Amino acid sequence: MSIRILVVDDEPDFIETMVKRFTFRKMPVTAAPSGIAALKLLEAESFDVVIMDVRMPGKDGIETLKEIKKRYPLTEVIMLTGHASVESGMRGMSLGAYDYVLKPVDFDELLEKVRKAHERKLLNEGRNASR
Amino acid sequence: MMQQDGYQRLRLKIIATTLAFSFVPLLALGVTIYLKTESVYVSKVFGNLRTLVENKKNTIDLFLNERISQLTTLAFTESFDQLSDEKYLEKVFSFLQIHSKSFIDLQVIDQDGKTVSYCGPYRLQNVNYSQEPWFNMAMARGLFVSDVFLGFRKYPHFIIAVTRREGDRSWILRAAIDSDIFDSLVRSVHLGKSGDAFLLTSDNVLQTKPRFDDTILEKIDFPRFAKFSGSRVEEFAVKGKTSLYAMAWLDYKDWLLVIKDDPREELMPLYQARWLLVFILLGGTLIIIGGAVFISNSMVRQLVRSEREKASLDASLTQSSKMAALGKLAAGVAHEVNNPLAIIMEKAGWMRDLLSEEDIKGSPNFKEYEDAVQKIEFHVRRAKDVTHRLLGFARRMDPLRDDINVNILMDQTKSFLENEASFRNIEIMTDYDRGLPCITSDASQLQQVFLNILDNAIDAIDKDGVITVTTRHDKEAGAVVIAIADTGKGMPKEVVDKIFDPFFTTKKVGEGTGLGLTISYSIIEKLGGKIVLHSVEGKGTTFTITLPVS
Repeated sequence: MSIRILVVDDEPDFIETMVKRFTFRKMPVTAAPSGIAALKLLEAESFDVVIMDVRMPGKDGIETLKEIKKRYPLTEVIMLTGHASVESGMRGMSLGAYDYVLKPVDFDELLEKVRKAHERKLLNEGRNASR
Repeated sequence: MMQQDGYQRLRLKIIATTLAFSFVPLLALGVTIYLKTESVYVSKVFGNLRTLVENKKNTIDLFLNERISQLTTLAFTESFDQLSDEKYLEKVFSFLQIHSKSFIDLQVIDQDGKTVSYCGPYRLQNVNYSQEPWFNMAMARGLFVSDVFLGFRKYPHFIIAVTRREGDRSWILRAAIDSDIFDSLVRSVHLGKSGDAFLLTSDNVLQTKPRFDDTILEKIDFPRFAKFSGSRVEEFAVKGKTSLYAMAWLDYKDWLLVIKDDPREELMPLYQARWLLVFILLGGTLIIIGGAVFISNSMVRQLVRSEREKASLDASLTQSSKMAALGKLAAGVAHEVNNPLAIIMEKAGWMRDLLSEEDIKGSPNFKEYEDAVQKIEFHVRRAKDVTHRLLGFARRMDPLRDDINVNILMDQTKSFLENEASFRNIEIMTDYDRGLPCITSDASQLQQVFLNILDNAIDAIDKDGVITVTTRHDKEAGAVVIAIADTGKGMPKEVVDKIFDPFFTTKKVGEGTGLGLTISYSIIEKLGGKIVLHSVEGKGTTFTITLPVS
């Protein structure tokens, strides 16, 4: 079963490469250049894992995260941060993010976290269904 | 130092002000009270003397008056013939003596000065007084009171003579009165040790025996006073001795009653009070001076302490706000650099992905591509290390809580550097406080700080020198103090001011990142401690780290 991934970042080069690398690994991936665009995409289709930068112009990562968790609580979010502060990562996690990854990203590490986030999503869905 | 001078001046100013504001009222109060007391006391002493002399004068006047009245009554109630009878005179005399023992004798004298009758202890029956000056005065005035004299009796006495005109003849009733009575009357005055009282004629002849020096009937050296009514108290010198004199003229005789008193004796309590006042003033002054010095010293000390605290607080506030600003800047820069690094990383990763495909593997330059991608990734990771370290000093990582013996930790750290140090002929000496308590802190972070500072010390010395590591326990502050001193080249003040700034380095390009001390500073701050340095150019630098025990 493939994991549907949404990558949100304001750097076009970054998302472009991300899309290529996920696609190379046969993983369905969609890119959004901003928080607002991401929310729009989420309205149209559902994603399993969202990978999102904390710092973006317009609606930033934290605000978008709040919105996503409010509307789609089962969607897991992994925060990307160039600001190597535990604080912003912790803040994201306290708002419901699955984990955070420091930029520049070690792709294998990111891949591992995406898989684990997806597992948790499946677990939560199962729990919800059985309830 | 200017500052020191200022404090000294402030101290003196406080002392002077305190002294002025306490001493002046004290002095004014003391002097006022003394002067007031003195005037009251002196007037009381004078008043006492005045009362005394007036009382005495009245007593003596009363005595004279009584004697004169008795004689007058006798002369005017009895006739010449009756009194010429010695037997009758004797009877009258004994009757008189019942009332007054001071009558020595009684005598009736006719107008020719011949004694008609006499009654008394002496044989004066045939004495003729016609040539005596008093006889003529008595005949002329009707009443005569003599000065004290020795007379026929060779005994100090005085006489009262009363003249009665009976028909065409006059006769005189004359009584001699023992003047000892005056001595006792006058001297019954209660006087001090050197006080005296006596009667003087208008010619300053003594009428009573004074207590000291002079004898009765002697003319003494005494200022002359015209007759005045009432009493007078004056202070003047007689025979070179100043005394208080209270004086009053008698009413019935031109005698001056004098009471002499030693002013020193009378005013002794006042002199005592004066000395007491001087001692109290002196004591008070000493206490005030002591108090003023004490107050000003403690005030200035307090001031110096608070100024010093303020200065060090200012310095540490400046340093920490500078560090916070620099931390923000560094974090911002690192973050901005991280984004392009992330893209480079991903691009390299994508290239690696592509290189893993079959067909490209066959390309003749495949090895070169793979090598290039690997190099790109390696150097991006290097850059990432720098940015993450840079972010690290702004980052708040929860420090671990280990129980650390600083001496042991320092020995471990030292051992890492001993090879390098001995190679450069640098000796690392230790002076540990063996009773150092264990502290709760993060061992690996502390070790990083020690390593950084020791490393810098070795670089500062370069070759041949000594690094001294000292540990001490500051019991009052509840802290452990670690000092690392080198004998290196030291630093000028400009360098000292910037030493903790990120990317500030005195080393050659490529030898240091300029982050070592920045990170050391943030670690020590995070651990609740303090790091300061003292550097003397040409002598060396000492880093002092203070860490709380718990």
